[in-house]
Amino acid sequence: MKDILQQLEDRREVARQGGGQRRIDAQHSKGKLTARERIELLLDEGSFEEFDMFVAHRCTDFGMEAERPSGDGVVTGWGTVNGRMVYVFSQDFTVFGGSLSETHAQKICKIMDMALQNGAPVIGLNDSGGARIQEGVASLAGYAEVFQRNIMASGVVPQISVIMGPCAGGAVYSPAMTDFIFMVKDSSYMFVTGPDVVKTVTNEVVTAEELGGASTHTKKSSVADGAFENDVEALAEVRRLVDFLPLNNLQKAPVRPFFDDPARIEASLDTLIPDNPNQPYDMKELIQKLADEGDFFEIQKDFAGNIVIGFIRIEGQSVGVVANQPMVLAGCLDIDSSRKAARFVRFCDAFEIPILTLVDVPGFLPGTSQEYGGVIKHGAKLLFAYGEATVPKVTVITRKAYGGAYDVMASKHLRGDFNYAWPTAEIAVMGAKGAVEILYRSELADKDKIAARTKDYEARFANPFVAAEKGFIDEVIMPHSTRRRIARAFASLRGKKLANPWKKHDNIPL
Amino acid sequence: MFKKILIANRGEIACRVIKSARKMGIKTVAVYSDADRNALHVKMADEAVHIGPPPANQSYIVIDKIMEAIRQTGAEAVHPGYGFLSENMNFAAALEAAGVVFVGPPSPAIEAMGDKITSKKLAMEAGVSTVPGYMGLIADADEAVKISGQIGYPVMIKASAGGGGKGMRIAWNDQEAREGFESSKNEAANSFGDDRIFIEKFVTQPRHIEIQVLADKHGNCVYLHERECSIQRRNQKVIEEAPSPFLDAATRKAMGEQACALAKAVGYTSAGTVEFIVDGNRNFYFLEMNTRLQVEHPVTELITGVDLVEQMIRVANGEPLPFKQEDLKINGWAMESRLYAEDPYRNFLPSIGRLTRYRPPVEGATPRGGIVRNDTGVFEGGEISMFYDPMIAKLCTWGETRDKAIEEMRLALDTFEVEGIGHNLPFVGAVMDHPRFVSGNITTAFIAEEYPEGFQGAVLDEATLRKVAASAAAMNRVAEIRRTRISGTMDNHTRRVGDDWVVAVQGQAFAVRIVADAQGSTVVFEDGAKLRVESDWTPGQPLARLGVNGEPVVIKTAKIPMGFRMRLRGADLKVFVRTPRAHQLAGLMLEKLPPDTSKYLLCPMPGLVVKIAVEEGQEVQEGQALATVEAMKMENILKAERRGVVKAIKASPGASLRVDDVIMEFE
Repeated sequence: MKDILQQLEDRREVARQGGGQRRIDAQHSKGKLTARERIELLLDEGSFEEFDMFVAHRCTDFGMEAERPSGDGVVTGWGTVNGRMVYVFSQDFTVFGGSLSETHAQKICKIMDMALQNGAPVIGLNDSGGARIQEGVASLAGYAEVFQRNIMASGVVPQISVIMGPCAGGAVYSPAMTDFIFMVKDSSYMFVTGPDVVKTVTNEVVTAEELGGASTHTKKSSVADGAFENDVEALAEVRRLVDFLPLNNLQKAPVRPFFDDPARIEASLDTLIPDNPNQPYDMKELIQKLADEGDFFEIQKDFAGNIVIGFIRIEGQSVGVVANQPMVLAGCLDIDSSRKAARFVRFCDAFEIPILTLVDVPGFLPGTSQEYGGVIKHGAKLLFAYGEATVPKVTVITRKAYGGAYDVMASKHLRGDFNYAWPTAEIAVMGAKGAVEILYRSELADKDKIAARTKDYEARFANPFVAAEKGFIDEVIMPHSTRRRIARAFASLRGKKLANPWKKHDNIPL
Repeated sequence: MFKKILIANRGEIACRVIKSARKMGIKTVAVYSDADRNALHVKMADEAVHIGPPPANQSYIVIDKIMEAIRQTGAEAVHPGYGFLSENMNFAAALEAAGVVFVGPPSPAIEAMGDKITSKKLAMEAGVSTVPGYMGLIADADEAVKISGQIGYPVMIKASAGGGGKGMRIAWNDQEAREGFESSKNEAANSFGDDRIFIEKFVTQPRHIEIQVLADKHGNCVYLHERECSIQRRNQKVIEEAPSPFLDAATRKAMGEQACALAKAVGYTSAGTVEFIVDGNRNFYFLEMNTRLQVEHPVTELITGVDLVEQMIRVANGEPLPFKQEDLKINGWAMESRLYAEDPYRNFLPSIGRLTRYRPPVEGATPRGGIVRNDTGVFEGGEISMFYDPMIAKLCTWGETRDKAIEEMRLALDTFEVEGIGHNLPFVGAVMDHPRFVSGNITTAFIAEEYPEGFQGAVLDEATLRKVAASAAAMNRVAEIRRTRISGTMDNHTRRVGDDWVVAVQGQAFAVRIVADAQGSTVVFEDGAKLRVESDWTPGQPLARLGVNGEPVVIKTAKIPMGFRMRLRGADLKVFVRTPRAHQLAGLMLEKLPPDTSKYLLCPMPGLVVKIAVEEGQEVQEGQALATVEAMKMENILKAERRGVVKAIKASPGASLRVDDVIMEFE
């Protein structure tokens, strides 16, 4: 009997070794952790329950039958993050370079099916050379099986991808369909075709890092939502993100004890808006001063800086923030910022996370590059996303809310629940100068007259009260009491019930 | 008494004067420039008058504008504060002509003390000890040796026209005096075309010690003892204290009496300061007299209990001094730290911007029997502008002894929260822990000698580091437990927070076990040492106040992945608190080098590009001027650190840049 029990231990020991000590050392020498070490850091101590430890591939071509390591290059299972259940797969680069075989894919599919059935997030730790070429189409089929599950899980359970090594070719499309992608700086890259193929086809010479490193995807392509210094930091930050997310789309956003007075007065916000309307200020200061404990998990920090998105907590509950950033491009909306914010708003709506919108927007960015790039359809994405969202929506206009961008930024007309404005708000079709130039074209030659007209326009429209008279602004509030006002607003919306008409799905302008 | 006074100043000193005036029941008038529209002194005053655009030479120092503000408001007297018009005899005369009282000395006294040579002559006549020297022309080396011998070695041989160390020699004996004279003369002739040389006593181990005097219009003059201001950075005072750790009673009395003699000799009234340089043998020599309230006056107020501003106003009103010399005793010890908007990690370059957080320590009596006082002119949400002095606060502490005053200062500095701009809090904090400063063995060269390479943050000793580690471990436990109390956890399978942790800080790792109870945590180190940590800190609080083995520890805290950023005692630390396993795995991570920026000229401070001195493709030599950036009214010339060729210029004149913006790129 004892021998049989020992046999299990022995088999487990072999499986835990993955591709063997030599490959583990090679992985470590690159500053990368092994698949199992990563899971240890991601999950609560001792909470990991593994599936399919002994699964091995079934390939018999190219001499593959000679080597059939237990686990087949991916570690799968479930565990907890601060006591809440998550499913996880972690690709093992030490086994066949983490390449995806039919059985490797089946292991991933199994936990994805479980996650969908039991309503818990899926976290994928990607470190794979790509398809297992020896298996041919079976490997491709495996990818597609995973893709289909990504699609089915989308909007049902949160899916997070962490790219911790290579992720190339077809493999990129699984992370691409998850909710968030994070990368590890200097040791991860993602691309559809690698530098060698690029060279052959287009004669372009490019390094893997330039083509698909963390910097490329967080700053240029916006494929990734964030990048971290190393494996340890990345996994710690994923734990931090999970604490903001509900486990599935039927649950409310999580709540945890908080130690920050919801009625906290921030006198310094009364001087946040500079006297000069053309001078920028840092919207992140406002976000941090409104958030519980100043804790802000920013998403896509390095891309389209003219809009800021991320998660905070108000009274311990997660809230998604969308805010124009006057420090970058005056906070205007453009193709990139609209796309960035639209996807975030849809994520929040899908997972019942209330949305706080902070508005200081001078309008849409003009120009041929924007029009040729389709700013009409991209801008419409954000408009569409806000309009269809049924979660609690609280909006604060701090300064400019001009033109169509006013409508887009979670205005009253898009079913905003609470639309507040600071006394410094200017809600108008456009800035005074532009408006006067159109309204009084015949007087343009007379500088004094135009100056007087501009002053008149400012006096009439450069304030929140015209909008407040019409009920488009529910209340003009003092900056210093904003935290209290929004906390009470969200508290009053905990029971909000709003449904869109039945449809198979909508047709957002993609 | 006056019904209304005008304060012809801004910032902390305007606020300081308003406080005393208010206490005396006098209404106050502030003046302000465009940049100070929302400043604290404007809010505090009963009335405020706008006097023009931000630059001081178009507002605060324009006599006509101040006179107009006086006319508008009917102020009967003017307190000038320090700087600006405080030592301007034309201003004093204009006030006199208008029948408005100047809260300060009579204009002849300002004039007499305003000139270095006249004031030294007057001081000598009044029997004040001055630096021995020979002012006449020296014919040859033999005469130089003779004069040097009379003065007494060491001596300094200086070119009359000299400056910047050129034509300057220090001689310790006849031989050196002879050589020094010859070489100074040659150098002076070559550099300045003027080979006149003079010789004076070279003061070794110099300390800056000054005497506060107060004189009324009835012939009474007292001294309120000394202040030591030896901790200076490039002649800018940083830390002051009263009394001086160096003076004995006899020297103090001698200095005080000479200071009063000088004040009487020039018909001085109001508060004034006589500055001395004191050598290692307690020989003291007159430097100059400041005919105004000094920046560092609060330390004198703390040890004497006298409100100097109040006395200045009473003297101006013609009242006699309410005390005699023998009434003025030294009570305890006071320290002052000047908080400057200057970034110590960037060679003390000025920093401007919005004060996103400004929380000074609570003023008044401390639980340990000390006193905290903070004179300030700013507030959270306010703006540090480029137009004025970068000093934003004067933090003072009082204790029964010097050690206690220093300890109060350490805690007060650790409690002082300033964010949004670079500031010298960490530097001052480091000085407070410097053994040489603590010993009192300081000279005016202290900063240059102890921080020759600038300031990179304090390195904490083992004992302090253990306190930090224990605090971090205990705080992390609180944060981790809160994380487990999130909604949606699995029933019966919740996370249990462990007791064993490894704290990695400042290159060291401390394995600790936490034994927690309702009151706090006992943190047990590997070697068996224990530290008891008690605190009401909750996650997210930026200021952690803890008791470690019963002693107060205050740490500025922010969250970083797997730990905290912790700031205290001049150190800025990343403190990682991990499970032993996570610590082990973190050890596998590669050290990443910061990106190489040597190919770029980066803007060292926020400012305006005034000039680009080179062109693309131009070869530049080490030390060559590349660009000029203006910040805080200072034109900073940026020079090439090494030879190179300019590849691209990224900023043009007129551009407003942030810190680390690229100005140009080299090949």
